[in-house]
Amino acid sequence: MKADTTIQWEQKGKPPVNLRFFLKLFWTTFTLSMFTFGGGFVIISLMRKKMVVELGWINDEEMLDFVTIAQSSPGPIAVNGSLMVGYHLAGVAGALVATLGTVLPPMIILTLVSLGYKAVADNHIIAAAFSGMRAVVAAIVLQVSWALFKPLTHARKALPLLLFGVSFLALFVFKVNIMVVMISVILFSVVHSLVVIRGEEGR
Amino acid sequence: MIYLALFWQFFKIGLFSIGGGLATLPFLYKLAETHPHWITASQIGDMVAISESTPGPIGINMATYAGFQSAGYLGGVIATLGEVAPSVIIIIIIARFLANFDKNPTVKDAFWALRPSVVGLIAFAGLKLLGIVVYGQGVFNTQAALVFAILTVAVLTFKRVHPLIWISIGAILGMVFNVGG
Repeated sequence: MKADTTIQWEQKGKPPVNLRFFLKLFWTTFTLSMFTFGGGFVIISLMRKKMVVELGWINDEEMLDFVTIAQSSPGPIAVNGSLMVGYHLAGVAGALVATLGTVLPPMIILTLVSLGYKAVADNHIIAAAFSGMRAVVAAIVLQVSWALFKPLTHARKALPLLLFGVSFLALFVFKVNIMVVMISVILFSVVHSLVVIRGEEGR
Repeated sequence: MIYLALFWQFFKIGLFSIGGGLATLPFLYKLAETHPHWITASQIGDMVAISESTPGPIGINMATYAGFQSAGYLGGVIATLGEVAPSVIIIIIIARFLANFDKNPTVKDAFWALRPSVVGLIAFAGLKLLGIVVYGQGVFNTQAALVFAILTVAVLTFKRVHPLIWISIGAILGMVFNVGG
């Protein structure tokens, strides 16, 4: 770790790591996760409010780094955010405690929901309600796709659009295994980055 | 061994779903093809609706549901552990090297191509969902298509309305039009 960032942590009052702190960390992430409806971005912004503004554990710049990494790493954004914050505050133990706090509420709730779902899924009226909800979800997912697609056109570059098109067609028309698609894209991405960076260095 | 299979399948999903909850959907459809007794394509739609109405990431909700469905309480816990394990490993590695990670353009941009690709995957998932909505029982479902059309216009028009509200409206429309039929 670099010296200047260490000083920043101390200025912000990084809390002492003890049992009390772990309980506080667990409780903070647990309640955040319990009462945050909506996607990963919502919980990340509430996490900032709690950790940066209220508790003062982290500064804004660090939080921004965490969010960027949480978004671009595999797995749920909320879990990644908690892991970053927890690790930053108290190493691996902190990361695990924060993750446990984040994961437990949805796990408990979904277990209860699964029990209920099993009991009511065959009911005629409930089935109709679920069909209506599925229609909403389809509408929302397509709207999100459109919102994510628009910025791709702004860059006026062919490659992102091509990647979008190829990935979509590979799944939708050619029924390629999704793991194959992902691994190909990752390989392409890495090779392309290496070539571009090498090209720029050569100039 | 079901627990091992659950852990491994959700480990893969956790590892490859980059870019938020909806990015997990195409993987779940794949899972529904290979393991239909864990989760079915139409249950995925129900679970997304439930996920949008309850706290927590879609990936975790799906893992808990599919695990519970196939192997009870312990199944739910193990599938969830599998979903989260890649995050734990990767984030701890990244956090360790954070100082270098930020400044290193190779690492930072190495996966740039994933972003546009993931948009393609999410669009695929959206159409797949739509397919199940309007063509779920093997015949074209006019009521469901109508409900979908109304809701799409509504969702696109009123962008600031919370998904929870839309899902409630969808449930009501579903019952009124008797979409399940």
